[in-house]
Amino acid sequence: MAVIDPIHQFEIRPIVPIRIGDLDLSFTNSSLFMFLTVAVITGFLVMATSGRGLVPGRLQSVAEMGYEFVANMLRSSAGSEGMKFFPLVFSLFTFVLVANLFGLYPYWFTVTSHIIVTFALAMLVILTVVIYGFMRHGFGFLKLFVPAGVPMALIPLVTLIEVVSFLSRPISLSVRLFANMLAGHITLKVFAGFVTMLGAAGVLGAFGAVLPLAMTVALTALELLVGFLQAYVFAVLTCMYLNDAIHPGH
Amino acid sequence: MRDGNGEGRPDAELADRRLELERRLAERRAGPQTADGSGATRRGDFGQAFRLATEFIAGILVGAAIGWGVDRLFGSSPWGLIVFLLLGFAAGVLNVLRSAGLVGEPGAGRRRRD
Repeated sequence: MAVIDPIHQFEIRPIVPIRIGDLDLSFTNSSLFMFLTVAVITGFLVMATSGRGLVPGRLQSVAEMGYEFVANMLRSSAGSEGMKFFPLVFSLFTFVLVANLFGLYPYWFTVTSHIIVTFALAMLVILTVVIYGFMRHGFGFLKLFVPAGVPMALIPLVTLIEVVSFLSRPISLSVRLFANMLAGHITLKVFAGFVTMLGAAGVLGAFGAVLPLAMTVALTALELLVGFLQAYVFAVLTCMYLNDAIHPGH
Repeated sequence: MRDGNGEGRPDAELADRRLELERRLAERRAGPQTADGSGATRRGDFGQAFRLATEFIAGILVGAAIGWGVDRLFGSSPWGLIVFLLLGFAAGVLNVLRSAGLVGEPGAGRRRRD
């Protein structure tokens, strides 16, 4: 019986080692699964929309539901002006969702369980917000940090707090997704580990193993929910931050 | 007479039945949700609690990082860290209140975050 190490699943292994100077640009299992995620999303959408039926088939209606879901989310939090960011939000949502769901498949790598990946996604969002905000409103974007109706004397303090609060957004956005996936997968692995440990401990243990097995089944269902929920939360918060870029402090 | 009525009646009957069905559906929906809701809300509460915790910690971490950076830049140790840690704490509290929907976004006429 192999030693059960709940962290082992997050290990990054190079598949095709590539070194350029001092940079390690190896093609790893993480890169492989990112490629797979993108390939599956693209493949699915291309396949689903290839028919272009007026009355959608099964695949096409799934794709349309996905579109409607993200479009409604974006419209309700950032207004119809936010629709120009639809490609970004839709890509982020589907990428995170499919990566999370891939991670549930045994032996498959969970891309979103690495903070560097989720942080890169969060920085993409925040940089889009900042760059678009400045492009669109110039220095008017900074009004975002000056809440209305605050006494003059308090404005410097409140503005500093708002700035720190704004800067903490990418951190909370990335940490939330990463920690949920990491914690979920570790819990799943630990309970699954109990099954094999108890199973190896004789007849009585084999009966006792039913309990952690049931727990593993329940946790898998929960992880499915969490995977979807986290993708949704990520997308919703992206929409809200984009709303800040489009309408900073009216 | 019977024919004429037969044309009109199914419609009225259908409407009645639909109303009745809607009423019963609403009853059913209200029933299990309050009974079953405990499990769902507990999970929701956990998610909410986790979310608030990350918001709070993110504020503090960013405050600490800025303070540390300011100290490194200006050699003002430990004052930058102290001041920005406090600011980060305030920002964390603000984040939490905002994501709980108790404080609005800065500026009026904004949509509330939920």
